[in-house]
Amino acid sequence: MIEITVIDRKGQEHLLEAPTDMNLNMMELCKAYELPVKGTCGGMALCSTCHVYVLSDQQLPEMTADEEAILDTAFFVKSNSRLGCQLKITDNMNGLRVQLAPEDEEN
Amino acid sequence: MIETDIIIIGAGPAGLFTVFEAGLLKLRCHLIDYLPQPGGQLSEIYPKKPIYDIPGFPEVLAGELVDNLMEQIQPFKPGFTLGERADIIEKNEDGSFTVITSRGTRHKAPVIAIAGGLGCFEPRKPPIDNIAEFEDKGVEYIIKDPEIYADKTVLIAGGGDSALDWTIYLADIAEKVIMVHRRNDFRGAPDSVDKVKYLAQQGVVELITESQVTGLGGNGRLRTVNIEHDKLGTLTRDVDHFIPLFGLTPKLGPIANWGLNIDKQAIEVNTFDYSTNVPGIFAIGDINTYDGKLKLILCGFHEATLMVQSAFKIIHPDQKLSFKYTTVTGIEARL
Repeated sequence: MIEITVIDRKGQEHLLEAPTDMNLNMMELCKAYELPVKGTCGGMALCSTCHVYVLSDQQLPEMTADEEAILDTAFFVKSNSRLGCQLKITDNMNGLRVQLAPEDEEN
Repeated sequence: MIETDIIIIGAGPAGLFTVFEAGLLKLRCHLIDYLPQPGGQLSEIYPKKPIYDIPGFPEVLAGELVDNLMEQIQPFKPGFTLGERADIIEKNEDGSFTVITSRGTRHKAPVIAIAGGLGCFEPRKPPIDNIAEFEDKGVEYIIKDPEIYADKTVLIAGGGDSALDWTIYLADIAEKVIMVHRRNDFRGAPDSVDKVKYLAQQGVVELITESQVTGLGGNGRLRTVNIEHDKLGTLTRDVDHFIPLFGLTPKLGPIANWGLNIDKQAIEVNTFDYSTNVPGIFAIGDINTYDGKLKLILCGFHEATLMVQSAFKIIHPDQKLSFKYTTVTGIEARL
């Protein structure tokens, strides 16, 4: 079990306990804690509704071409942007801080 | 006026399979979808992705599954209204419904099955404060008639295939094309990337990378665009048109206006037959919600199968339905 801090779109910090043996990713973790992450495509790196900013410097999985491509269609993208669904929760993420990126617009 | 037994809104896998199960009961179907091709998300978003949880198919590409479904329902000759969004549902005096699309096409049936998935796929709109002010006054999300860009200055934003292809295409027509992309790399087809880079070297296209469009200006009509460059700060360009090409995103859209009980962007249904709170309107597949709901294609198939049983009773209230296996009767397509 590790700890991850997620800052929601109102600036509220949430300290989440995350198991590392369930093959969870950041998008699924946020949804499990009922944070406002849509995860519309179900984690296929196809929709960018799980867009987060990484605020700390843990080693994270390399970005794939698919993830880069979908970030091209996202808005509010910064140099520390990642898709939550592509961040598999692992032991070395203990203490990670991420912030939910703004949503492009309301449905 | 198109008349049928079941109007199916959404031509994704759940909607397509509804045609089959309805066909076994001799019910005719007509599908409406805003996308220009059947298959929903499977065709539009991930045609080349493998799916592993379709019973009987250890692995099938999403696009292949759609092709197979189209083949499976072909004997029942469903009608299609594609490229039109189902906008309005009206209740008629005889108890039937009329569905009117964005282009005014009218469809009449006693039963509606909403298989709308995530909703309608609409172009993604960049979060620029006053962008709505300039829609159709210089801002277009879809290129309908390229000739309107003749001798104009056009700014295209985005880094995918459609942004690259339209930059190349409009370079011949427009006075000037400016392309803005957030990275130096492009994910589009290598040929198109090379072509755009060549056009940029020749001075035909102005390529501005590591940048995003952040502001629009003009008085009733688009005149200028502000571009935020990662290193150079704000750049301004005079333009006649701004075309943001950031792909499509699903929106619930008009479904929200049909008097149905909605919870978190999904339609509440009774799991007995996936009926909604409006008698005669059913909702199946990813668009519905109930206790224990799983958004899986195979669940959509199951829901479609049970739903048509109740649809039959509405369409033929005086007839008894006897259940038959396809192994016994075949598909008996006599429609």
